[in-house]
Amino acid sequence: MHDKTVTQLAAALKSGELSSRELTSHFLQRIEQADGTLNSFITVTAEQALDQAEAADNARAAGKAGKLTGIPFALKDIFCTQGVKTSCGSKMLDNFIAPYNATVVEKLNAAGTISLGKTNMDEFAMGSSNENSYFGAVKNPWDLTAVPGGSSGGSAAAVAAGLVPAAMGTDTGGSIRQPAAFCGITGLKPTYGRVSRYGIIAYASSLDQAGPMAKSAEDCAHLLNVIAGHDVRDSTSVARGVPDYTETLNAPLSGLKIGLPKEYFGDGLDADVEKAVREAVKVYESLGATVREVSLPHTHYAIPAYYVIAPAEASSNLSRYDGVRFGHRCDAPADLIDLYTRSRAEGFGDEVKRRILIGTHTLSEGFFDAYYTKAQKVRRLIRQDFLDAFEDVDVLMGPASPTPAFDLGAKKDPVSMYLQDIYTIAVNLAGIPGISVPAGFSNGRPVGLQILGTHFAEAQLLNVAHQFQQATDWHLQRPAFAEENA
Amino acid sequence: MQWETVIGLEVHVQLATRSKIFSGASTAFGAEPNTQACAVDLGLPGVLPVLNEQAVAMAVQFGLAVHADIPEVSVFDRKNYFYPDLPKGYQTSQMYHPIVGAGDVEITLDDESTKRIRIHHAHLEEDAGKSLHEDFHGMTGIDLNRAGTPLLEIVSEPDMRSAKEAAAYLKAIHSIVTYLGISDGNMAEGSMRCDVNVSVRPKGQEAFGTRAEIKNVNSFRFVERAIAYEVERQIELIEDGGKVVQETRLFDPERDETRSMRTKEEANDYRYFPCPDLLPVVLDQAYLDHLRSQLPELPADKRARFQNELGLSVYDAHVLSASREMAEFFEEVQQVCGDAKQAANWVQGELSGALNRENLSIQNSPVSAKQLGELISRVLDDTINGKAAKQVFQALWNGQGDSADAVIDAKGLKQVTDTGAIEAMIDQVIAESPAQVAQYRDSEPEKRGKMIGYFVGQVMKASRGTANPQQVNGLLKEKLDALL
Repeated sequence: MHDKTVTQLAAALKSGELSSRELTSHFLQRIEQADGTLNSFITVTAEQALDQAEAADNARAAGKAGKLTGIPFALKDIFCTQGVKTSCGSKMLDNFIAPYNATVVEKLNAAGTISLGKTNMDEFAMGSSNENSYFGAVKNPWDLTAVPGGSSGGSAAAVAAGLVPAAMGTDTGGSIRQPAAFCGITGLKPTYGRVSRYGIIAYASSLDQAGPMAKSAEDCAHLLNVIAGHDVRDSTSVARGVPDYTETLNAPLSGLKIGLPKEYFGDGLDADVEKAVREAVKVYESLGATVREVSLPHTHYAIPAYYVIAPAEASSNLSRYDGVRFGHRCDAPADLIDLYTRSRAEGFGDEVKRRILIGTHTLSEGFFDAYYTKAQKVRRLIRQDFLDAFEDVDVLMGPASPTPAFDLGAKKDPVSMYLQDIYTIAVNLAGIPGISVPAGFSNGRPVGLQILGTHFAEAQLLNVAHQFQQATDWHLQRPAFAEENA
Repeated sequence: MQWETVIGLEVHVQLATRSKIFSGASTAFGAEPNTQACAVDLGLPGVLPVLNEQAVAMAVQFGLAVHADIPEVSVFDRKNYFYPDLPKGYQTSQMYHPIVGAGDVEITLDDESTKRIRIHHAHLEEDAGKSLHEDFHGMTGIDLNRAGTPLLEIVSEPDMRSAKEAAAYLKAIHSIVTYLGISDGNMAEGSMRCDVNVSVRPKGQEAFGTRAEIKNVNSFRFVERAIAYEVERQIELIEDGGKVVQETRLFDPERDETRSMRTKEEANDYRYFPCPDLLPVVLDQAYLDHLRSQLPELPADKRARFQNELGLSVYDAHVLSASREMAEFFEEVQQVCGDAKQAANWVQGELSGALNRENLSIQNSPVSAKQLGELISRVLDDTINGKAAKQVFQALWNGQGDSADAVIDAKGLKQVTDTGAIEAMIDQVIAESPAQVAQYRDSEPEKRGKMIGYFVGQVMKASRGTANPQQVNGLLKEKLDALL
């Protein structure tokens, strides 16, 4: 049952072969058995899930079921969920019970899906290995000595291990695509503005975007159908019609023009990863696509620009955690300054503090133009690189990450960790959509192929990814852990 | 040495929107603490701001009213600082691209001269909550009802040269925002408050002196007093060989002095940057044209019309156009009675006096504009004389009658203009006052004019005030002179 995709489970529910209650109990049991090892969940909401499952079964009996009614999934612990702890992976919010639902959560509830709980993540979504969580590191189900990637590491590991059919993640600099690649699943970061950010705890507001993480592109299409769309509560969400993303999954790829950015195949790229990506491109050629090399000349500025803009926004977004109204408050503050400094010093982890410091510095008088204004100029150039490339090609392809999953504890200095996101970060700066699909293995650890499209090209990306999954079986591979621990 | 004062004002006007600038919570004043603060106002994790379009329209209306440039694009920025009543740790404001550009306002001074004060810009921002230090046993209470209330901050150029000019400017701004209906202008409730920048320089010197900023002054009177104190303090300081330091000061109305709050060295670095949660505000010409077509007649235009078309003096026109309610009241009185000068006299005289005595605003006047207009008409058509008119006014004020005519009938105040009746009363008064008649007859001719007052008084008394005074005067003179 846990091997099946959302699409398959939805069919089983529809045919009456399975009830949502059975399905939900099954996955809750798997979480119970396996998550002590993986640590992919921060909170499991078993009771609520079973109640929701019963309601879903009743709705189905009454003929009121939608496509995804009764399907269990999990939410990264960055989505506010009413009445449930929403920690954002931080000690700061360990005591925070959200009093409202994020728009994404509302939409998933309205679709009749069942939330099994909240998944582990790097604190405030800052990290590429999930090692920055207050609730401990998450293990990669393919290799328990490896990281699952981050920041949506809990969501990726849980889906890969078959603890849940699908999960929601967020992606600010690669936080859906890189863990999807590391855990051998499919993860889509939609266009900035495609999915409402309301109720998603902000890291870097101009870059954050929520998206689905699942076993296949087809599953991602089903989930994107539910969560995409304009939201009056998010001014940056775009008022643009939402197509049925499943309808175009089977469009033929003959004539598809693929661009390979030469900057994505340079120094630092692991040989196995490069090999897997080039093999995948050959599959596309066999499906009728043409391939050419393109250039994204400002690629090497993406990480520096990101590490100015994202920390600047974060330093401001995280100011509300001051110990006054909610979240961690230090014991017996002597005065206001003591309340602020001690609550924040105790509540935030090192990486969060580092980024708050960077952001505070770059926004300071005398540095603002040199850092922030300059970074915004670079951001426009990076965006233009992509727009220019999409004049010539339909999609871009390359690795999602320069290496497969690395060992837990392997990356000690922050900069080497930041370099992990070299192929994903520019995508957020440009606001375009990207998807990572399983494309092979290196020493038993999955490799992800990243496919990029122009703004609002999600339907095309899902089509291109789905066709690859029709022609290959990388996405059907399951880690041994999934069978051994259930 | 002769000193010159230089003043610039930053006026914060609370906009009269129903809901907050970035959330749907109510802006009503005086609710229980924290009952009008929603998730957005509380700065809960994950919430996002949505701009209130009404606040934008109000800001633009102000801009149009002060002849300002309205840029096509304006942008919200975050002003970052920690304070317990600032829930998000930043205030959403407009630093680099404000919604209203450069404009100007005309002020009228006591000597009836006018002066143009330039406005540097006006920007939209959200208000913070309130910190309450009393009743919490050494702790601080936070009320976030006010957090997110829309403010328009209007920043002038340093164009004012005296406390009087500053007060006149503040009144002009008050009158514009209340005319537009974009603020209730209630200074006691904090709907309008200002920061005053004051410096002094030797007369004739081009360069500005170092300025001090007096924060949060919330009445016209306090603005004048704060400036007066501050100017004196700065001049004394310089003349004693000291130097004015750039700092923020607080006005204490109880002691009538300003005190230092913090110096520039301690000032915050607010780390302004564009708010990534809000899109730039883009206004097209059609929108501006639409708002312009909705503008009411503004104080300056009203004043000009009162002078040019109604023939009022500069002073009358200024006083009567100061508030929209006053102007509208006056105009109705004028339309009912048809005489602008009389309407102006009554509104500023009898009516304003009565309102002031009972501390009432003109909206709450017991005598309506229609009643007052009809009363004046009865004076103009000689139905009653001026003395009776004051009795009618008093009766209307006290609610003794629905209209001037009703009071006149009920009290029998209709003026007697029948010559025969007046002559009969005169004859009786003369007959009853032989001593005074004799005195009149024996007086020097030039003193008789003064003595006639006694007889007029007696005749008016006999008529219970209803005789036409001009007729009484004329007939008396004839009859007395006939006795010579």
